[in-house]
Amino acid sequence: MTVNGEARVCDVKGSESLLSALRDYLRLTGSKGACEQGECGSCSVLLDGELVCSCLVMAADAEGSEIVTIEGLGGPELHPVQKALVDSGAVQCGYCTPGFVVAAAALLEENPAPSSDEMREALAGNICRCTGYGAILRGLETLVAGR
Amino acid sequence: MTTRVRSRTVRDGVGESTARSDGIPKVDGTYLYSSDLYMDRMLFGATLRSPHPKAKITKLDIGPAVAMTGIHAVLVGDDVPGLNAFGLETPDQPILASDLVEYWGQAVALVAADDPETARLAVEAIEIEYEVLEPLTDPEEADRRDSVFHRARCRRGPQDVSGAVVVEGYYEVGMQDQAPLGTESGLAIPDGQGGVDLHIATQWTHVDRDQIVAGLGVEEDMVRVHHAGVGGAFGAREDVSLQIHLCLLALYTGRPVKMEYSRAESFVGHVHRHPAQLWMRHEADADGTLRRIEARVIIDGGAYRSTSDSVVGNAVYHAAGPYRCDSVAVDGVAVRTNNPPCGAMRGFGAVQACFGHEAQMDKLADALGMDRVDLRIKNALGRGDVLATSGQVIDTSAPVVEILERLRRMPLPAEDLSDDPRLLPGGTGLTTSRPMVERGVGYAVGLKNLCFSAGFDDYAEARVAITPFGVEVHTAAVEVGQGLGMSCAQIARTVLGIEDVVVYYDDTSKIGSAGSTSASRQTQMSGGAVMEAARMARQIALERGGGDELDGEGVWKDGVLVTPMKDLVGRENIEYHTRFHHPQTEEPDQNGQGNVHVDFAFAAHRAVVDVDRELGLFRVVQIDTVQDVGFMINPRSVVGQIEGGTMQGIGLATLEEIVVEEGVIKNPTFTDYLLPTFLDAPPIEIEVIEEPSSFGPFGAKGVGEPPTVSSTAAVVAAIRDATGLELNRTPVRPEHVASAPL
Repeated sequence: MTVNGEARVCDVKGSESLLSALRDYLRLTGSKGACEQGECGSCSVLLDGELVCSCLVMAADAEGSEIVTIEGLGGPELHPVQKALVDSGAVQCGYCTPGFVVAAAALLEENPAPSSDEMREALAGNICRCTGYGAILRGLETLVAGR
Repeated sequence: MTTRVRSRTVRDGVGESTARSDGIPKVDGTYLYSSDLYMDRMLFGATLRSPHPKAKITKLDIGPAVAMTGIHAVLVGDDVPGLNAFGLETPDQPILASDLVEYWGQAVALVAADDPETARLAVEAIEIEYEVLEPLTDPEEADRRDSVFHRARCRRGPQDVSGAVVVEGYYEVGMQDQAPLGTESGLAIPDGQGGVDLHIATQWTHVDRDQIVAGLGVEEDMVRVHHAGVGGAFGAREDVSLQIHLCLLALYTGRPVKMEYSRAESFVGHVHRHPAQLWMRHEADADGTLRRIEARVIIDGGAYRSTSDSVVGNAVYHAAGPYRCDSVAVDGVAVRTNNPPCGAMRGFGAVQACFGHEAQMDKLADALGMDRVDLRIKNALGRGDVLATSGQVIDTSAPVVEILERLRRMPLPAEDLSDDPRLLPGGTGLTTSRPMVERGVGYAVGLKNLCFSAGFDDYAEARVAITPFGVEVHTAAVEVGQGLGMSCAQIARTVLGIEDVVVYYDDTSKIGSAGSTSASRQTQMSGGAVMEAARMARQIALERGGGDELDGEGVWKDGVLVTPMKDLVGRENIEYHTRFHHPQTEEPDQNGQGNVHVDFAFAAHRAVVDVDRELGLFRVVQIDTVQDVGFMINPRSVVGQIEGGTMQGIGLATLEEIVVEEGVIKNPTFTDYLLPTFLDAPPIEIEVIEEPSSFGPFGAKGVGEPPTVSSTAAVVAAIRDATGLELNRTPVRPEHVASAPL
């Protein structure tokens, strides 16, 4: 599969998830595991451009796919979503943050000017336990308003 | 919200919303949490756990597991070289149960293997048999049988006082999980000389260390605990979970060992918020003056003690709320059962108490025909008043009246007429329609003691060094995400006038304890230690440099630079190490009286909730809050704490409960233990009151817990307001609302 633009080979045993392939085999630990059931979005990645919970995708099913993880989202500069979340104070413990960044980037790719309610709905699959979501929303609203 | 801007001489000092140094690594995925740690040749640990809430172990044969390929250790209770017990306040829980298991999920054996899957299979291969025993799971029955960890009581004033109006109530609070997103994880690395370095997500490295060395039976300096990246805590990491297990496996195998709990294992791997039952009786004069408060509180400590003694003490001291009253009788008990062990969670006994006393205040206001906020204001505590339970004089800011007045003046949200399903109870399932919806408004106010109480030797160490490369701050305090490192750096900048400050989180061998990141204490305690050390370092710099002012350029005298920085510290750094104590508290007497708590913070919430009475669905439309914060060292962090803490309180009001049946957790997953999502998060308007605390850097108070204390009570009050139902239990479930006769 292609991960963040690079061809990677990952010889998994069989039943591992894509999240496990990324974290345990390729040592890309930016994507986080937290619920193993697709409830919290901490493991969000882009699979052929689609937002998925990598804990719910079998690694074997990702063969030949193009994966973008949090590590591949920004370039030399931060991705605008990353910058927006830092600036608004949306980072506390930060464990959910990579998942939020990937999910918000996917949303803005699809809809460059979402309303606040559209943001809340699109990000309802990502759980944050620290912030109460307020600073995340303010960061994204500021980003969209400034475009 | 209100933000006071302080005059300042240095950039990014106190009072500013500075950028956090871990911000960019956390958004780009490079920040290393304990679960991200990796080492060549490391092994993976796994734990065999009891499937029964109470049972005798009749057979334990590790042979089949040992015989497997790729297995490097299988350890049982007899392999623990030191004391086979741990506990935050009292070592009463076996590190590995040997004869008897006393709760569902208790650890019995450990495995270290080449990979996680092999470790899991080896755990399954261990042959174990149990004689199942009858578990004790009813807290009231435990009280009757005197299966008790601790009884706490307060008696103050004449006990024969009565009032014209009397209200009584019984209330229940469910077992809440802290649910930090990062599960328990860590990496233990043997040093080859019988010692071990543990990298762990925790809240208090030194107390972990103390429990580890007792279990390993080694000298204190053989174990070094390092603070690894923490994926949230909220109390869940104050107790030992896998710390001792990891060190045992690492020392036994001589190899680095990593463990990471699954979400389901995390639910049995840490303590939870105590479920509580409260009976309360309030008597007041016809004008609303509180004359008598009686309360009885049972909290279920589960199988082992953890902090149950302190939590029930706190529930008792907070049972009267932030109100004046001169005749008080409160009895509390923390019972011992075979339910999951409970301990610290944000709010620590005050949450449970507030749910009771605020329901009572609404009931009393209704009985008196008084406005609910007016009744609270009439009885509100202020500076110089006496805390109704402990009898101590409140010698800190206590702006309860102002909090309530300001909260009441905040604008209410407009009546919602839209049929957008996202704005209706039940959401996009299109289950309700606007005409079915009633709106309710609920108020609650609470208080929270700050720092450790009751005579505990509460201190934090810090070291501040002025070097040619800038300022170093050293601390063992744990940054759990709240922004403590940022606040410590801001304090050092402002005191020293030097902008270039780096905070180092030292391991336990390099500096003494900072105490726990809990009890809303680190801003005041570690912040206080940094302030004290920085002040002394500044004093030394001025003496050495022969001047009257210090900044990044050096020492100045009468506005002239007399000793440039390179000369000041070119040969020798300036260092000051301190152990900061807060004003001493007292152990209570037999009536619970004394100067038991060092400081308090106050907050109130007003919740607006839409309810579909027929379907039992509700939606928090808005929640507003006013909080007493002392002084905001970092306004954005304060807002973050208030928003996040409020949301955890909303969770306890509307969704979150660990369901325990006969000692077994029925919902140990995020599919079944529901957490608030973005769509459950209402707008929050926040106002703060900055009135300096009795101690704490620049007058700051801890801000982490108060938002969690009163938010739950306010939301449930709003649902009561909309429905007229009694709703004496939290979380409120749809069936509590829908099944009641209309």
